[in-house]
Amino acid sequence: MARVIVDVMLKPEILDAQGQAIARALPRLGFSGVSAVRQGKRFEVELDGPADEAALSDVRKMAETLLANTVIEDFTVTVEE
Amino acid sequence: MSAARVGVVTFPGTLDDQDAARAVRHAGGEAVPLWHADRDLKGVDAVFLPGGFSYGDYLRCGAISRFAPLMEELIPAARAGLPVLGTCNGFQILCEAHLLPGALMRNAGLHYICRDQGIRVESTATPWTSDFTEGQEIVLPIKHGEGRYVADETTLAALEAGGQVVFRYVGGNPNGSLDDIAGIRNEAGNVVGLMPHPEHAVEDLTGAPSTDGRGFFTSILKKLVNA
Repeated sequence: MARVIVDVMLKPEILDAQGQAIARALPRLGFSGVSAVRQGKRFEVELDGPADEAALSDVRKMAETLLANTVIEDFTVTVEE
Repeated sequence: MSAARVGVVTFPGTLDDQDAARAVRHAGGEAVPLWHADRDLKGVDAVFLPGGFSYGDYLRCGAISRFAPLMEELIPAARAGLPVLGTCNGFQILCEAHLLPGALMRNAGLHYICRDQGIRVESTATPWTSDFTEGQEIVLPIKHGEGRYVADETTLAALEAGGQVVFRYVGGNPNGSLDDIAGIRNEAGNVVGLMPHPEHAVEDLTGAPSTDGRGFFTSILKKLVNA
């Protein structure tokens, strides 16, 4: 059993309207010193077996196919320790 | 002669399929219901992908619908030239399915927008817009929260150079779409997607801002009858 994390973030050049709204809300709540916020998605993928190279290759394929839209988003795959 | 048959797809969460079917019939065509779970296009001559919130917009708008069994038939058929029109959620599905380039994102102002919107027809070189004239300004309802069209610079330049921008917003960009893009077509021209709703603007009776939506349906029916 292993847990693999897929983080999906908008590509840097894509306007993140939600992230901007969050950044604008922070000073109103008394949080200062934040220059920008970008919002993304985190997927926790539980595997039946170990996170070997074959399994990770499958997860990357899942991310490319469904979890991320690679037209607008980048993703990273990491194995949770 | 039998009427041209236009398929209207229903996914779980589709809202506008009844209006779309009615608009097809209003223009003199036969509306053929297509069900997301069937691998069957029922031999239709064209397909309308209506708006709504298919699969609850889970993950991303259109991301799940794109893998519906019906889409396994529709995607190759569209690549082979079947005329397909996607409005609103249908446009989002066409982008997720990579039948159209780019993507649709949360409106720049974050608000869901429901209003009458001016649109300029930039291209009549599609089976869905041939009854308009180039540069014609029409008014259609828009109602969406995720209609901001984005694409990378290369894609955008190719769309503009290839005349693939079919509709542009006029009188104010409602959602922050790049280049005021309201709708686009694929390179071949048979697949068209737009955020506004022609199917809601075919009859005065419903209080629509216009009957400008009729042009989409008369265009495709003429094309199919003459085919």
